[in-house]
Amino acid sequence: MQNNIAITPELVAQHGLKPDEYQRILDLIGREPTLTELGIFSAMWNEHCSYKSSRLHLKGLPTKAPWVIQGPGENAGVIDIGDGLACVFKMESHNHPSYIEGQMGFHTRYDGNILVNAMAVGIAKADEIFYAKATGVGNPIVYLGSKTGRDGIHGATMASAAFDDAAEEKRPTVQVGDPFAEKLLLEACLELMQTGAVIAIQDMGAAGLTSSAVEMGAKGDLGIELDLDKVPCRETGMTAYEMMLSESQERMLMVLQPGKEKEAEAIFIKWGLDFAIIGKTTDTLRFVIKQHGEVMADLPIKELGDQAPLYDRPFVETPKRPEIDPKSVTPPMGNANAIVKLIGSPDFASKRWVWEQYDHLILGNTVQSPGGDAAVVRVGEGPRGLALTSDVTPRYCEADPFEGGKQAVAEAYRNIVAVGGTPRAITDNLNFGNPERPDYMGQLVYCIRGLGEACKALDFPVVSGNVSLYNETNGRGILPTPTVGGVGTVEDVSKTTTLAFKAEGEFILLIGVTKGWLGSSAWLATIAGREEGAPPPVDLEAERKHGAFISSLIQDGHATACHDLSDGGLAIALAEMALAGNMGAKIDKLPEGLPNHAALFGEDQGRYLVTVKDQAMAAIILKRASSAGVPALMLGKTGGQELTLPGESPISLERLKKAHEDWLPSYMTGEI
Amino acid sequence: MKSAVITFPGSNREGDVIRALHQASGVEPLKIWHQDHELPQGTDLVVLPGGFSYGDYLRCGAIASRSPVMDAVRSHATKGGLVLGICNGFQILVESGLLPGVLMRNAGLKFICKMQHLKVCRANTPFTSAYKKNQIIKVAIAHGEGNYIADDDTIAMLEDGNRIAFRYCDAEGDTEKGNPNGSINSIAGIYSKKLNVLGMMPHPENLIEALVGGTDGRGLFASITAYKGAA
Repeated sequence: MQNNIAITPELVAQHGLKPDEYQRILDLIGREPTLTELGIFSAMWNEHCSYKSSRLHLKGLPTKAPWVIQGPGENAGVIDIGDGLACVFKMESHNHPSYIEGQMGFHTRYDGNILVNAMAVGIAKADEIFYAKATGVGNPIVYLGSKTGRDGIHGATMASAAFDDAAEEKRPTVQVGDPFAEKLLLEACLELMQTGAVIAIQDMGAAGLTSSAVEMGAKGDLGIELDLDKVPCRETGMTAYEMMLSESQERMLMVLQPGKEKEAEAIFIKWGLDFAIIGKTTDTLRFVIKQHGEVMADLPIKELGDQAPLYDRPFVETPKRPEIDPKSVTPPMGNANAIVKLIGSPDFASKRWVWEQYDHLILGNTVQSPGGDAAVVRVGEGPRGLALTSDVTPRYCEADPFEGGKQAVAEAYRNIVAVGGTPRAITDNLNFGNPERPDYMGQLVYCIRGLGEACKALDFPVVSGNVSLYNETNGRGILPTPTVGGVGTVEDVSKTTTLAFKAEGEFILLIGVTKGWLGSSAWLATIAGREEGAPPPVDLEAERKHGAFISSLIQDGHATACHDLSDGGLAIALAEMALAGNMGAKIDKLPEGLPNHAALFGEDQGRYLVTVKDQAMAAIILKRASSAGVPALMLGKTGGQELTLPGESPISLERLKKAHEDWLPSYMTGEI
Repeated sequence: MKSAVITFPGSNREGDVIRALHQASGVEPLKIWHQDHELPQGTDLVVLPGGFSYGDYLRCGAIASRSPVMDAVRSHATKGGLVLGICNGFQILVESGLLPGVLMRNAGLKFICKMQHLKVCRANTPFTSAYKKNQIIKVAIAHGEGNYIADDDTIAMLEDGNRIAFRYCDAEGDTEKGNPNGSINSIAGIYSKKLNVLGMMPHPENLIEALVGGTDGRGLFASITAYKGAA
């Protein structure tokens, strides 16, 4: 491929650029771009890198709090967790490549749409955090990690396109991760950071060398000059175009302190990784790419990022659905059987089959393992820790994007509160359909507004995030899925609570208001076969008040178990507590004035279940709730090997357990 | 007690075992890079920690077993020095010929991470004196290739020589049940002939605190410390 071939409209279209976007390029640089330059623009201006459809709306999200050290815009968000330590976290998606390369993502294709969201959380010393911003003119730019190959070329452009049955044709662009190389890179970078040689660091993710170099330069108001002859390559004869767009994994770009090159190189050689000085920072504010002594690209570095198109795409609000009167729904089966059916349905079945395939015990700091409301991980030797969760209910987001967005944040908040943590900040991963369709764009806009409203009300800012659009195949979009990853701090990990019933004869209390909200509920969908109705509204003031009440119970050591109520309502929460503790319960009382199916399966928000050790403590808690203005109701007692509900036949734990544990393994072996 | 924990490219539980040894002995173990040719003077115990050395490429443990430091580990073992290989460390020990047999892919073909009961098969070794014979302990497992296989003669040699260290079992101690990976005779760990080399798939180093799963793993590190302290 020649670098200075004529840029035809077809070539522009193949790069995912619209004619008006190409005109913008011409206006910006005042000439026709080279092929490499066209590639660079297409990588920087696609949806994945430029957030051109979402940027306008993301601006409304709250990103600040006294404990926020670094908000969105960096490699990851950073919050202060005390004792001079910081928690660094980010969620990423791998949605589009997983659709094509099924083996690397998931086994099955569900409607062709696979969402893979992964959240990484780390600990750093608060005064030893490295950022992407380059400083100083003439400083060496160093390439680290694996060699560059032809894999992943135009991955970021692909991640911004909808799929059809011809997706197989896009296979060569999928980059394949190598955890071993990643581990070596991680160790080498951490070792290098200890030497004080690092000025700035940026991983080569989507759009590889292009986006990492541009970000480092643009953030530091510096130009960048790269000599591609120095880039370690896995294949021979790679063109500048290919090298600038490769998405080979396990690569980092750093700006080093001059004079530290030898020391840095020794560390990378020790770990068996490539280390190459491939360029330098300049004061020209130009992004200059040279190969074989020729200039292949020469572009204004700030404008590459800053002048990316920004769209205010047309959107329509999802029509409001009517509320469902619980009395208008006749249960098609008994409530006891419905509990068993739900606890063994895809939404509620145990995910043990998944988490047992991931090492969740390494480092010896896992205080609460998967299966609870939030994971609790001790920081170092403690007593401090972190509470981690991720949540979203796509069913709600489809029915009412605004309330669904609020609910995702509120549930993450409750999950952290329920284990004894203080909710601090979130990362989000916005998985949506084609933003060029006003209905899908409406889902995105209103979900973001809902997220923002809840984050603001709960002091739970967004510090990092990711947007994945165009998740649709053959014209059918995914359910709107704004995944919320929540992080909370725990003062003393020995004082956290789990959901498991702990001892016989303890008293079970329900905190919060139960109105029997069945619209968009799991029961209505799975048991009654009706996917309809408005989802439960989220009263953020009540969330905050009830959360504070639960936190005080846990801090005072009064709650022996705690679980938040989410989809599946009271019945599923009770069943989960019983299963976790291998202990039943006898419930004497349910929220008043409702048919049993509404009291049991209604998905009213802002609720928790707690157990306390005896009747005297229960009385104290009820009194405390009353003076705090928090609704609380004593339901019954723990004990036995059955879950017994008023007016319903008892359900044996064995039956619940079988339904709960068997579904996913059976499904994965194709037995159901 | 002086212990040396070897770090290979891809080791990831070296910090866990260092913490457990430090807790038991009060002495910080030394971290040794796999490219080193010698062990520190006076090393009592060498630990090959868990991880995925060299990405588990070729066969788990195969490339690491050819690391320069392994000659020193072999000579340490020949002289009767203690060697403990956990998980990937066990795989490296069988690949380097210090222990017999092989560790195949789990029978279920999946990586498994969970709490697992073990039966302590003998308590009169440098690694298990703090336990009772046939004691049931609960530790962690986290592996994809822990299915211990050997030919009939080797199994007979291990069984007859009383060289089985631990067997997988259920909470009641039934070794017919609770075998997570298909290992022959539910073997979870074995000794060398002189009982100075122990290879095991489970992770006692992750079970040293009540707050984090339990303390059943402490006995192993307490045993080693007691043995070296007495020597």
